[in-house]
Amino acid sequence: MVDKRLSLREAVAEYVHDGMSVAIEGFTSFICFAAGHEIIRQKRRDLTLIRMTPDLIYDQMVAAGVARKLVFSYLGNPGVGSLHCLRRAIEDGIPTPLEIEEYSHYGMVGRYTAGASRLPFFPLRSYAGSDMPRTNERIKFVKSPYGDETIAVVPPLNPDVAIIHAQRADRQGNTQLWGLLGVQKEAAFAADKVIIVVEEIVEEAVIRSDPNRTLIPGLIVDAVVHAPYGAHPSYVQGYYDRDNAFYLEWDVLSRDHQRTQAWLDEWVYGVADPAEYVRKLGTATMERLTPGSALAPAIDYGAYQ
Amino acid sequence: MTQENTQRRAAYTPSEMMIVTAARAMAGVRTAFVGVGLPNIACNLARYTVAPDIELIYESGIYGAQPARLPLSIGDPTLVTGATSVVSMADLFGLYLQGGLVEVALLGGAQIDRFGNLNTSVIGSYEAPRTRLPGSGGACEIATNAQRLFYIMYLKRRAFVERLDFVTSPGYLGGNNERQELGMPGSGPQLVITDKALFDFATETHEMRLISLHPGVTLEQVDAEIGWQVKRAETIVETPPPTSEELRYIHVDLDPSGMYSKNRGG
Repeated sequence: MVDKRLSLREAVAEYVHDGMSVAIEGFTSFICFAAGHEIIRQKRRDLTLIRMTPDLIYDQMVAAGVARKLVFSYLGNPGVGSLHCLRRAIEDGIPTPLEIEEYSHYGMVGRYTAGASRLPFFPLRSYAGSDMPRTNERIKFVKSPYGDETIAVVPPLNPDVAIIHAQRADRQGNTQLWGLLGVQKEAAFAADKVIIVVEEIVEEAVIRSDPNRTLIPGLIVDAVVHAPYGAHPSYVQGYYDRDNAFYLEWDVLSRDHQRTQAWLDEWVYGVADPAEYVRKLGTATMERLTPGSALAPAIDYGAYQ
Repeated sequence: MTQENTQRRAAYTPSEMMIVTAARAMAGVRTAFVGVGLPNIACNLARYTVAPDIELIYESGIYGAQPARLPLSIGDPTLVTGATSVVSMADLFGLYLQGGLVEVALLGGAQIDRFGNLNTSVIGSYEAPRTRLPGSGGACEIATNAQRLFYIMYLKRRAFVERLDFVTSPGYLGGNNERQELGMPGSGPQLVITDKALFDFATETHEMRLISLHPGVTLEQVDAEIGWQVKRAETIVETPPPTSEELRYIHVDLDPSGMYSKNRGG
Protein backbone atom coordinates (compact mmCIF):
# COMPACT_ATOMS: atom_id res chain seq x y z
CA MET A 1 0.00 0.00 0.00
CA VAL A 2 1.13 3.54 -0.75
CA ASP A 3 2.40 5.63 2.14
CA LYS A 4 0.68 8.99 1.57
CA ARG A 5 2.33 10.89 4.41
CA LEU A 6 3.55 14.36 3.49
CA SER A 7 4.53 17.43 5.45
CA LEU A 8 1.87 20.15 5.37
CA ARG A 9 4.21 22.28 3.25
CA GLU A 10 4.56 19.46 0.71
CA ALA A 11 0.82 18.71 0.66
CA VAL A 12 -0.17 22.33 0.02
CA ALA A 13 2.58 22.80 -2.58
CA GLU A 14 1.45 19.66 -4.38
CA TYR A 15 -2.33 20.02 -4.29
CA VAL A 16 -3.36 23.66 -3.71
CA HIS A 17 -2.73 26.00 -6.64
CA ASP A 18 -3.73 29.55 -7.55
CA GLY A 19 -7.32 29.89 -8.78
CA MET A 20 -8.52 26.61 -7.26
CA SER A 21 -11.62 26.02 -5.13
CA VAL A 22 -10.71 24.85 -1.64
CA ALA A 23 -12.98 23.51 1.12
CA ILE A 24 -11.53 23.35 4.64
CA GLU A 25 -14.53 21.83 6.42
CA GLY A 26 -15.31 21.04 10.08
CA PHE A 27 -18.26 22.59 11.93
CA THR A 28 -16.90 24.64 14.88
CA SER A 29 -14.46 21.79 15.55
CA PHE A 30 -11.76 20.08 13.45
CA ILE A 31 -11.07 23.34 11.59
CA CYS A 32 -7.62 22.93 10.08
CA PHE A 33 -6.06 26.31 10.86
CA ALA A 34 -2.62 24.78 10.21
CA ALA A 35 -3.53 24.18 6.55
CA GLY A 36 -5.04 27.65 6.18
CA HIS A 37 -1.87 29.19 7.56
CA GLU A 38 0.30 27.14 5.19
CA ILE A 39 -1.81 28.32 2.21
CA ILE A 40 -1.22 31.92 3.39
CA ARG A 41 2.53 31.29 3.77
CA GLN A 42 2.74 29.86 0.26
CA LYS A 43 0.99 33.03 -1.00
CA ARG A 44 -1.78 31.35 -2.96
CA ARG A 45 -4.02 33.79 -4.82
CA ASP A 46 -7.50 33.92 -6.39
CA LEU A 47 -8.80 30.94 -4.44
CA THR A 48 -12.50 30.22 -4.13
CA LEU A 49 -12.88 29.42 -0.45
CA ILE A 50 -15.76 27.10 0.44
CA ARG A 51 -17.02 26.51 4.00
CA MET A 52 -20.43 26.38 5.65
CA THR A 53 -19.09 28.60 8.45
CA PRO A 54 -16.05 30.61 7.30
CA ASP A 55 -15.02 31.03 10.97
CA LEU A 56 -11.73 32.67 11.95
CA ILE A 57 -9.67 30.66 9.47
CA TYR A 58 -11.28 32.21 6.38
CA ASP A 59 -11.29 35.60 8.11
CA GLN A 60 -7.50 35.23 8.36
CA MET A 61 -7.09 33.87 4.82
CA VAL A 62 -9.20 36.64 3.27
CA ALA A 63 -7.28 39.28 5.26
CA ALA A 64 -4.08 37.75 3.85
CA GLY A 65 -5.40 38.19 0.30
CA VAL A 66 -5.57 34.55 -0.84
CA ALA A 67 -9.22 34.59 -1.93
CA ARG A 68 -11.26 35.90 -4.83
CA LYS A 69 -14.57 34.37 -3.82
CA LEU A 70 -16.34 32.88 -0.78
CA VAL A 71 -19.07 30.21 -0.82
CA PHE A 72 -20.77 29.89 2.59
CA SER A 73 -23.92 29.60 4.71
CA TYR A 74 -23.14 31.34 8.04
CA LEU A 75 -20.74 34.26 8.33
CA GLY A 76 -20.10 34.63 12.05
CA ASN A 77 -17.54 34.21 14.82
CA PRO A 78 -19.42 31.36 16.56
CA GLY A 79 -20.77 32.41 19.93
CA VAL A 80 -18.81 35.70 19.75
CA GLY A 81 -20.07 37.96 16.94
CA SER A 82 -18.88 39.19 13.55
CA LEU A 83 -16.05 38.16 11.28
CA HIS A 84 -14.52 41.59 10.83
CA CYS A 85 -11.99 40.86 8.04
CA LEU A 86 -14.67 39.25 5.89
CA ARG A 87 -16.99 42.17 6.56
CA ARG A 88 -14.21 44.61 5.57
CA ALA A 89 -13.74 42.71 2.31
CA ILE A 90 -17.48 42.52 1.55
CA GLU A 91 -18.48 46.00 2.76
CA ASP A 92 -15.35 48.00 1.81
CA GLY A 93 -13.24 45.83 -0.54
CA ILE A 94 -10.28 45.66 1.91
CA PRO A 95 -7.72 44.24 1.13
CA THR A 96 -9.46 43.20 -2.10
CA PRO A 97 -13.11 42.86 -3.13
CA LEU A 98 -14.63 39.48 -2.37
CA GLU A 99 -17.31 37.84 -4.46
CA ILE A 100 -19.82 35.88 -2.37
CA GLU A 101 -22.13 32.96 -3.12
CA GLU A 102 -24.52 32.34 -0.26
CA TYR A 103 -26.74 29.42 0.79
CA SER A 104 -28.42 28.16 3.94
CA HIS A 105 -26.77 25.34 5.92
CA TYR A 106 -28.94 22.62 4.45
CA GLY A 107 -28.35 24.10 1.00
CA MET A 108 -24.58 23.70 1.48
CA VAL A 109 -25.01 20.18 2.88
CA GLY A 110 -27.17 19.34 -0.14
CA ARG A 111 -24.62 20.78 -2.56
CA TYR A 112 -21.82 18.65 -1.13
CA THR A 113 -24.12 15.59 -1.10
CA ALA A 114 -25.04 16.06 -4.77
CA GLY A 115 -21.38 16.66 -5.60
CA ALA A 116 -20.27 13.54 -3.76
CA SER A 117 -23.00 11.37 -5.34
CA ARG A 118 -22.50 12.90 -8.81
CA LEU A 119 -26.11 14.05 -9.01
CA PRO A 120 -27.24 17.13 -11.03
CA PHE A 121 -29.01 18.76 -8.05
CA PHE A 122 -30.26 18.23 -4.51
CA PRO A 123 -33.89 18.93 -3.51
CA LEU A 124 -34.72 20.42 -0.11
CA ARG A 125 -37.60 22.03 1.77
CA SER A 126 -36.20 25.52 2.19
CA TYR A 127 -35.93 28.92 0.45
CA ALA A 128 -39.66 29.31 -0.34
CA GLY A 129 -40.63 32.85 0.66
CA SER A 130 -37.00 33.78 1.33
CA ASP A 131 -35.09 36.48 -0.59
CA MET A 132 -32.08 34.16 -0.92
CA PRO A 133 -33.11 32.73 -4.35
CA ARG A 134 -33.49 36.32 -5.58
CA THR A 135 -29.85 37.12 -4.79
CA ASN A 136 -28.41 33.73 -5.75
CA GLU A 137 -29.73 32.53 -9.09
CA ARG A 138 -28.23 29.08 -8.57
CA ILE A 139 -30.98 28.37 -6.01
CA LYS A 140 -33.94 27.28 -8.12
CA PHE A 141 -37.37 25.69 -7.79
CA VAL A 142 -38.55 22.69 -9.80
CA LYS A 143 -41.86 20.89 -10.07
CA SER A 144 -41.89 17.36 -8.72
CA PRO A 145 -42.28 14.78 -11.52
CA TYR A 146 -44.44 12.76 -9.11
CA GLY A 147 -47.06 15.38 -8.22
CA ASP A 148 -47.88 19.06 -8.13
CA GLU A 149 -45.34 19.98 -5.50
CA THR A 150 -42.69 22.65 -6.10
CA ILE A 151 -39.36 22.07 -4.39
CA ALA A 152 -36.14 24.06 -4.04
CA VAL A 153 -32.98 22.66 -5.58
CA VAL A 154 -29.29 23.50 -5.27
CA PRO A 155 -26.48 22.54 -7.66
CA PRO A 156 -23.69 20.04 -6.89
CA LEU A 157 -20.49 21.31 -5.29
CA ASN A 158 -17.21 19.65 -6.22
CA PRO A 159 -14.23 21.49 -4.71
CA ASP A 160 -10.83 21.05 -6.32
CA VAL A 161 -9.41 20.27 -2.88
CA ALA A 162 -10.96 19.32 0.47
CA ILE A 163 -8.89 19.58 3.65
CA ILE A 164 -10.23 17.61 6.61
CA HIS A 165 -8.82 17.48 10.14
CA ALA A 166 -9.48 14.38 12.28
CA GLN A 167 -8.26 12.51 15.34
CA ARG A 168 -6.42 9.75 13.51
CA ALA A 169 -5.63 8.07 10.21
CA ASP A 170 -3.31 5.36 8.96
CA ARG A 171 -0.57 5.96 6.37
CA GLN A 172 -2.97 5.31 3.50
CA GLY A 173 -5.45 7.91 4.72
CA ASN A 174 -8.15 5.71 6.24
CA THR A 175 -9.51 8.33 8.60
CA GLN A 176 -11.41 8.00 11.87
CA LEU A 177 -13.27 10.88 13.46
CA TRP A 178 -15.59 11.17 16.45
CA GLY A 179 -17.40 14.24 17.68
CA LEU A 180 -19.23 16.63 15.35
CA LEU A 181 -19.31 14.93 11.96
CA GLY A 182 -20.49 18.11 10.23
CA VAL A 183 -20.22 17.78 6.47
CA GLN A 184 -16.67 16.45 6.29
CA LYS A 185 -17.53 13.08 4.73
CA GLU A 186 -19.63 14.65 1.97
CA ALA A 187 -16.97 17.33 1.30
CA ALA A 188 -14.23 14.70 1.02
CA PHE A 189 -16.21 12.48 -1.35
CA ALA A 190 -17.18 15.53 -3.44
CA ALA A 191 -13.64 16.88 -3.83
CA ASP A 192 -11.17 16.10 -6.60
CA LYS A 193 -8.23 15.94 -4.15
CA VAL A 194 -8.35 15.25 -0.42
CA ILE A 195 -5.78 16.24 2.20
CA ILE A 196 -6.22 14.66 5.63
CA VAL A 197 -4.56 16.30 8.66
CA VAL A 198 -4.55 14.33 11.92
CA GLU A 199 -3.58 14.43 15.56
CA GLU A 200 -2.15 10.91 15.32
CA ILE A 201 -0.97 8.51 12.63
CA VAL A 202 -1.94 4.98 13.65
CA GLU A 203 -1.36 1.47 12.34
CA GLU A 204 -3.87 0.04 9.89
CA ALA A 205 -4.81 -2.54 12.56
CA VAL A 206 -6.12 0.26 14.82
CA ILE A 207 -8.44 1.42 12.02
CA ARG A 208 -9.58 -2.13 11.28
CA SER A 209 -10.33 -2.75 14.97
CA ASP A 210 -13.18 -0.19 14.81
CA PRO A 211 -14.49 0.08 11.23
CA ASN A 212 -17.72 1.91 12.17
CA ARG A 213 -15.60 4.91 13.17
CA THR A 214 -13.93 5.26 9.74
CA LEU A 215 -15.46 8.35 8.13
CA ILE A 216 -13.23 8.65 5.07
CA PRO A 217 -11.54 5.73 3.26
CA GLY A 218 -7.94 6.01 2.09
CA LEU A 219 -9.24 5.25 -1.40
CA ILE A 220 -10.21 8.91 -1.90
CA VAL A 221 -7.31 10.45 0.08
CA ASP A 222 -4.28 11.98 -1.63
CA ALA A 223 -2.16 13.14 1.31
CA VAL A 224 -1.96 12.41 5.04
CA VAL A 225 -0.36 15.05 7.25
CA HIS A 226 0.58 14.61 10.91
CA ALA A 227 0.00 17.97 12.64
CA PRO A 228 -0.97 17.72 16.33
CA TYR A 229 -2.95 20.78 17.51
CA GLY A 230 -3.39 21.69 13.84
CA ALA A 231 -7.02 22.66 14.53
CA HIS A 232 -6.12 25.20 17.25
CA PRO A 233 -7.83 27.57 18.16
CA SER A 234 -10.82 25.38 17.23
CA TYR A 235 -11.03 22.02 18.96
CA VAL A 236 -10.65 18.28 18.47
CA GLN A 237 -13.09 16.18 20.51
CA GLY A 238 -11.30 14.40 23.35
CA TYR A 239 -7.92 16.01 22.50
CA TYR A 240 -8.28 19.73 23.20
CA ASP A 241 -10.97 22.32 23.83
CA ARG A 242 -11.71 25.41 21.78
CA ASP A 243 -9.36 28.25 22.76
CA ASN A 244 -12.22 30.63 23.39
CA ALA A 245 -9.86 33.28 24.74
CA PHE A 246 -8.36 33.49 21.25
CA TYR A 247 -11.80 33.72 19.60
CA LEU A 248 -12.52 36.70 21.89
CA GLU A 249 -9.07 38.24 21.26
CA TRP A 250 -9.58 37.90 17.49
CA ASP A 251 -12.90 39.75 17.80
CA VAL A 252 -10.93 42.76 19.10
CA LEU A 253 -7.74 42.71 17.05
CA SER A 254 -9.38 41.83 13.70
CA ARG A 255 -11.42 45.04 13.78
CA ASP A 256 -8.28 46.83 12.56
CA HIS A 257 -6.62 45.83 9.27
CA GLN A 258 -3.11 46.84 10.40
CA ARG A 259 -3.37 44.90 13.67
CA THR A 260 -4.64 41.91 11.69
CA GLN A 261 -1.62 42.11 9.39
CA ALA A 262 0.69 42.35 12.40
CA TRP A 263 -0.92 39.23 13.85
CA LEU A 264 -0.45 37.39 10.54
CA ASP A 265 3.21 38.51 10.48
CA GLU A 266 3.82 37.10 13.93
CA TRP A 267 1.72 33.91 13.91
CA VAL A 268 1.65 32.85 10.24
CA TYR A 269 4.50 34.37 8.18
CA GLY A 270 6.80 34.35 11.23
CA VAL A 271 6.23 30.64 11.87
CA ALA A 272 7.80 27.93 9.71
CA ASP A 273 5.39 25.05 10.23
CA PRO A 274 2.71 23.60 12.56
CA ALA A 275 5.32 22.29 15.01
CA GLU A 276 6.79 25.77 15.49
CA TYR A 277 3.28 27.21 15.95
CA VAL A 278 2.64 24.70 18.75
CA ARG A 279 5.99 25.53 20.42
CA LYS A 280 5.15 29.22 20.20
CA LEU A 281 1.74 28.63 21.83
CA GLY A 282 3.53 26.93 24.72
CA THR A 283 2.68 24.10 27.07
CA ALA A 284 0.61 26.27 29.41
CA THR A 285 -1.92 26.87 26.61
CA MET A 286 -2.05 23.16 25.83
CA GLU A 287 -2.60 22.28 29.47
CA ARG A 288 -5.36 24.88 29.77
CA LEU A 289 -7.16 23.33 26.79
CA THR A 290 -6.78 19.64 27.72
CA PRO A 291 -10.17 18.18 28.68
CA GLY A 292 -10.86 15.61 31.34
CA SER A 293 -11.59 12.04 30.29
CA ALA A 294 -14.98 10.57 29.29
CA LEU A 295 -14.28 7.06 27.98
CA ALA A 296 -16.78 4.95 26.06
CA PRO A 297 -16.59 1.31 27.17
CA ALA A 298 -15.01 -1.00 24.58
CA ILE A 299 -17.44 -2.79 22.28
CA ASP A 300 -17.09 -6.26 20.79
CA TYR A 301 -17.29 -6.68 17.00
CA GLY A 302 -16.86 -10.47 17.44
CA ALA A 303 -14.32 -12.73 15.75
CA TYR A 304 -15.94 -14.81 12.94
CA GLN A 305 -13.55 -17.44 11.66
CA MET B 1 -43.40 53.65 39.41
CA THR B 2 -44.23 52.30 42.85
CA GLN B 3 -41.54 51.29 45.29
CA GLU B 4 -42.74 47.70 45.10
CA ASN B 5 -42.29 47.70 41.35
CA THR B 6 -38.79 49.12 41.70
CA GLN B 7 -37.81 46.34 44.07
CA ARG B 8 -39.32 43.66 41.86
CA ARG B 9 -37.47 44.99 38.83
CA ALA B 10 -34.21 44.96 40.68
CA ALA B 11 -34.60 41.27 41.57
CA TYR B 12 -34.09 40.00 38.03
CA THR B 13 -32.85 41.28 34.68
CA PRO B 14 -34.90 41.72 31.47
CA SER B 15 -32.86 38.86 29.98
CA GLU B 16 -33.87 36.57 32.84
CA MET B 17 -37.48 37.58 32.26
CA MET B 18 -37.08 36.48 28.61
CA ILE B 19 -35.42 33.22 29.58
CA VAL B 20 -38.14 32.14 32.03
CA THR B 21 -40.94 33.23 29.67
CA ALA B 22 -39.44 31.14 26.89
CA ALA B 23 -38.83 28.18 29.20
CA ARG B 24 -42.45 28.18 30.40
CA ALA B 25 -43.66 28.22 26.80
CA MET B 26 -41.77 24.93 26.30
CA ALA B 27 -43.95 23.06 28.82
CA GLY B 28 -44.30 19.41 27.82
CA VAL B 29 -42.26 19.83 24.63
CA ARG B 30 -40.42 16.67 23.57
CA THR B 31 -37.96 18.03 20.95
CA ALA B 32 -36.52 21.54 20.66
CA PHE B 33 -34.09 22.99 18.14
CA VAL B 34 -31.75 25.22 20.12
CA GLY B 35 -29.44 28.14 19.37
CA VAL B 36 -26.60 29.47 21.50
CA GLY B 37 -27.13 32.11 24.19
CA LEU B 38 -30.60 32.89 25.52
CA PRO B 39 -32.38 30.03 23.62
CA ASN B 40 -29.87 27.55 25.04
CA ILE B 41 -30.41 28.74 28.60
CA ALA B 42 -34.20 28.81 28.12
CA CYS B 43 -34.33 25.25 26.78
CA ASN B 44 -32.07 23.93 29.52
CA LEU B 45 -34.22 25.71 32.12
CA ALA B 46 -37.27 24.02 30.57
CA ARG B 47 -35.45 20.68 30.91
CA TYR B 48 -35.04 21.33 34.67
CA THR B 49 -38.61 22.60 35.17
CA VAL B 50 -41.58 22.20 32.78
CA ALA B 51 -40.20 19.82 30.12
CA PRO B 52 -38.16 17.08 31.83
CA ASP B 53 -38.34 14.79 28.76
CA ILE B 54 -37.15 17.45 26.31
CA GLU B 55 -34.48 16.41 23.81
CA LEU B 56 -32.26 19.33 22.84
CA ILE B 57 -31.30 19.37 19.16
CA TYR B 58 -28.47 21.55 17.82
CA GLU B 59 -27.85 22.13 14.11
CA SER B 60 -24.24 21.04 14.58
CA GLY B 61 -25.58 17.46 14.56
CA ILE B 62 -26.49 16.83 18.19
CA TYR B 63 -29.64 15.10 19.40
CA GLY B 64 -30.39 14.90 23.14
CA ALA B 65 -27.63 17.12 24.53
CA GLN B 66 -27.06 17.34 28.29
CA PRO B 67 -24.37 20.02 28.51
CA ALA B 68 -22.23 19.93 31.65
CA ARG B 69 -21.23 23.59 31.22
CA LEU B 70 -22.66 26.64 29.48
CA PRO B 71 -21.99 25.98 25.78
CA LEU B 72 -19.96 28.76 24.16
CA SER B 73 -21.34 27.96 20.72
CA ILE B 74 -23.77 25.50 19.12
CA GLY B 75 -20.73 23.35 18.31
CA ASP B 76 -19.29 23.25 21.85
CA PRO B 77 -17.71 19.86 22.75
CA THR B 78 -19.74 19.75 25.99
CA LEU B 79 -22.82 19.21 23.79
CA VAL B 80 -21.23 16.09 22.28
CA THR B 81 -20.13 14.37 25.48
CA GLY B 82 -23.15 12.68 27.05
CA ALA B 83 -25.56 13.35 24.16
CA THR B 84 -28.06 10.71 23.05
CA SER B 85 -26.76 10.82 19.48
CA VAL B 86 -24.31 12.76 17.32
CA VAL B 87 -25.08 12.70 13.60
CA SER B 88 -23.87 14.26 10.36
CA MET B 89 -25.46 17.54 9.36
CA ALA B 90 -27.01 15.74 6.37
CA ASP B 91 -28.85 13.49 8.84
CA LEU B 92 -29.66 16.33 11.24
CA PHE B 93 -31.30 18.49 8.57
CA GLY B 94 -32.64 15.64 6.42
CA LEU B 95 -33.92 13.07 8.92
CA TYR B 96 -34.56 15.08 12.07
CA LEU B 97 -35.61 18.56 10.87
CA GLN B 98 -37.08 17.84 7.42
CA GLY B 99 -38.35 14.51 8.76
CA GLY B 100 -40.70 16.55 10.94
CA LEU B 101 -39.26 15.56 14.32
CA VAL B 102 -38.60 19.10 15.63
CA GLU B 103 -41.56 20.31 17.67
CA VAL B 104 -40.31 23.75 18.60
CA ALA B 105 -37.42 25.83 17.31
CA LEU B 106 -36.15 29.02 18.92
CA LEU B 107 -34.85 31.69 16.57
CA GLY B 108 -33.87 35.34 16.66
CA GLY B 109 -32.75 37.91 14.13
CA ALA B 110 -31.58 41.44 13.47
CA GLN B 111 -34.99 42.42 12.07
CA ILE B 112 -38.53 41.05 12.36
CA ASP B 113 -41.73 42.32 10.74
CA ARG B 114 -45.41 42.12 11.72
CA PHE B 115 -45.83 38.71 10.06
CA GLY B 116 -42.84 37.16 11.80
CA ASN B 117 -40.48 37.14 8.83
CA LEU B 118 -36.83 37.33 9.89
CA ASN B 119 -33.75 39.07 8.54
CA THR B 120 -30.33 37.76 9.55
CA SER B 121 -28.56 38.63 6.26
CA VAL B 122 -27.94 42.34 5.61
CA ILE B 123 -28.81 45.86 6.73
CA GLY B 124 -29.06 47.98 3.59
CA SER B 125 -29.01 46.45 0.13
CA TYR B 126 -27.75 42.92 -0.46
CA GLU B 127 -25.32 44.00 -3.17
CA ALA B 128 -23.79 46.87 -1.14
CA PRO B 129 -24.74 46.20 2.49
CA ARG B 130 -24.34 48.82 5.20
CA THR B 131 -23.89 45.94 7.62
CA ARG B 132 -23.21 42.39 6.55
CA LEU B 133 -24.91 40.01 9.04
CA PRO B 134 -24.18 36.26 9.38
CA GLY B 135 -26.85 35.05 6.94
CA SER B 136 -29.17 32.07 7.25
CA GLY B 137 -27.15 29.31 8.79
CA GLY B 138 -29.91 26.76 9.27
CA ALA B 139 -32.58 29.39 10.01
CA CYS B 140 -34.35 29.31 6.62
CA GLU B 141 -35.00 25.56 6.71
CA ILE B 142 -35.69 25.61 10.45
CA ALA B 143 -38.36 28.30 9.92
CA THR B 144 -39.77 26.19 7.07
CA ASN B 145 -39.82 22.78 8.77
CA ALA B 146 -40.05 23.07 12.58
CA GLN B 147 -43.60 22.36 13.73
CA ARG B 148 -43.69 25.60 15.76
CA LEU B 149 -41.38 28.63 15.97
CA PHE B 150 -40.69 30.76 19.02
CA TYR B 151 -38.69 33.94 18.56
CA ILE B 152 -36.51 35.43 21.28
CA MET B 153 -35.47 39.04 20.62
CA TYR B 154 -34.88 42.25 22.51
CA LEU B 155 -37.71 44.70 21.76
CA LYS B 156 -35.93 47.49 19.86
CA ARG B 157 -37.23 49.85 17.20
CA ARG B 158 -34.29 49.04 14.94
CA ALA B 159 -35.29 45.35 15.08
CA PHE B 160 -39.11 45.51 14.95
CA VAL B 161 -39.48 47.17 11.57
CA GLU B 162 -42.24 47.96 9.10
CA ARG B 163 -40.26 46.43 6.24
CA LEU B 164 -37.31 44.02 6.36
CA ASP B 165 -34.18 44.90 4.40
CA PHE B 166 -34.00 41.21 3.43
CA VAL B 167 -36.22 38.19 4.12
CA THR B 168 -33.84 35.44 5.22
CA SER B 169 -36.36 33.12 6.87
CA PRO B 170 -40.09 32.95 6.25
CA GLY B 171 -42.69 33.65 8.91
CA TYR B 172 -46.18 34.23 7.50
CA LEU B 173 -44.75 36.26 4.54
CA GLY B 174 -47.55 38.72 3.60
CA GLY B 175 -49.95 37.31 6.18
CA ASN B 176 -53.25 35.43 5.89
CA ASN B 177 -52.63 32.06 4.16
CA GLU B 178 -49.57 33.03 2.13
CA ARG B 179 -47.32 30.69 4.11
CA GLN B 180 -49.64 27.67 3.89
CA GLU B 181 -50.10 28.20 0.15
CA LEU B 182 -46.37 27.65 -0.34
CA GLY B 183 -46.76 24.20 1.23
CA MET B 184 -44.43 24.63 4.17
CA PRO B 185 -44.59 21.72 6.61
CA GLY B 186 -44.14 23.85 9.74
CA SER B 187 -47.03 25.92 11.09
CA GLY B 188 -44.87 29.06 11.49
CA PRO B 189 -44.17 31.50 14.33
CA GLN B 190 -46.33 31.18 17.46
CA LEU B 191 -44.70 33.51 19.99
CA VAL B 192 -42.32 36.46 20.08
CA ILE B 193 -40.65 36.60 23.48
CA THR B 194 -38.98 39.93 24.26
CA ASP B 195 -37.50 41.70 27.27
CA LYS B 196 -40.61 43.89 27.61
CA ALA B 197 -43.60 41.92 26.41
CA LEU B 198 -44.95 38.76 24.84
CA PHE B 199 -46.64 38.57 21.42
CA ASP B 200 -48.52 35.90 19.49
CA PHE B 201 -49.95 35.87 15.95
CA ALA B 202 -53.66 36.34 15.17
CA THR B 203 -55.41 33.21 13.91
CA GLU B 204 -56.73 34.54 10.57
CA THR B 205 -54.39 37.34 9.53
CA HIS B 206 -51.29 35.88 11.20
CA GLU B 207 -50.30 39.40 12.26
CA MET B 208 -48.25 39.87 15.44
CA ARG B 209 -50.34 40.77 18.51
CA LEU B 210 -49.38 41.98 21.97
CA ILE B 211 -50.74 39.54 24.59
CA SER B 212 -48.75 40.15 27.76
CA LEU B 213 -46.68 42.91 29.36
CA HIS B 214 -43.78 42.08 31.67
CA PRO B 215 -44.07 43.58 35.19
CA GLY B 216 -43.49 47.33 35.22
CA VAL B 217 -43.68 47.76 31.41
CA THR B 218 -46.29 50.09 29.91
CA LEU B 219 -48.14 49.93 26.58
CA GLU B 220 -46.42 53.17 25.57
CA GLN B 221 -42.98 51.67 26.16
CA VAL B 222 -43.88 48.76 23.91
CA ASP B 223 -45.34 50.92 21.15
CA ALA B 224 -42.25 53.14 21.21
CA GLU B 225 -40.04 50.18 20.25
CA ILE B 226 -42.12 48.91 17.33
CA GLY B 227 -41.96 50.41 13.85
CA TRP B 228 -45.64 49.82 13.06
CA GLN B 229 -48.87 50.19 15.02
CA VAL B 230 -48.86 46.80 16.70
CA LYS B 231 -52.20 45.05 17.24
CA ARG B 232 -53.29 44.23 20.79
CA ALA B 233 -55.20 41.23 22.10
CA GLU B 234 -58.59 42.01 23.69
CA THR B 235 -57.19 41.21 27.11
CA ILE B 236 -53.58 42.02 27.89
CA VAL B 237 -52.23 40.26 30.96
CA GLU B 238 -49.10 40.77 33.07
CA THR B 239 -46.39 38.17 32.56
CA PRO B 240 -45.66 36.42 35.88
CA PRO B 241 -42.16 37.40 37.09
CA PRO B 242 -39.42 34.76 37.49
CA THR B 243 -39.76 32.51 40.52
CA SER B 244 -36.87 32.07 42.93
CA GLU B 245 -36.52 28.46 41.74
CA GLU B 246 -36.18 29.53 38.10
CA LEU B 247 -33.64 32.20 39.04
CA ARG B 248 -31.66 29.72 41.12
CA TYR B 249 -31.34 27.34 38.13
CA ILE B 250 -30.15 30.23 35.94
CA HIS B 251 -27.67 31.60 38.50
CA VAL B 252 -26.31 28.31 39.83
CA ASP B 253 -26.62 25.77 37.02
CA LEU B 254 -27.04 27.44 33.65
CA ASP B 255 -25.25 30.77 33.48
CA PRO B 256 -23.24 31.23 36.70
CA SER B 257 -21.07 33.99 35.22
CA GLY B 258 -24.15 35.87 33.95
CA MET B 259 -22.74 35.99 30.42
CA TYR B 260 -26.19 36.00 28.81
CA SER B 261 -28.67 36.44 31.65
CA LYS B 262 -27.18 39.62 33.19
CA ASN B 263 -27.74 41.55 29.98
CA ARG B 264 -30.11 44.36 30.87
CA GLY B 265 -31.41 44.92 27.36
CA GLY B 266 -29.82 44.36 23.93
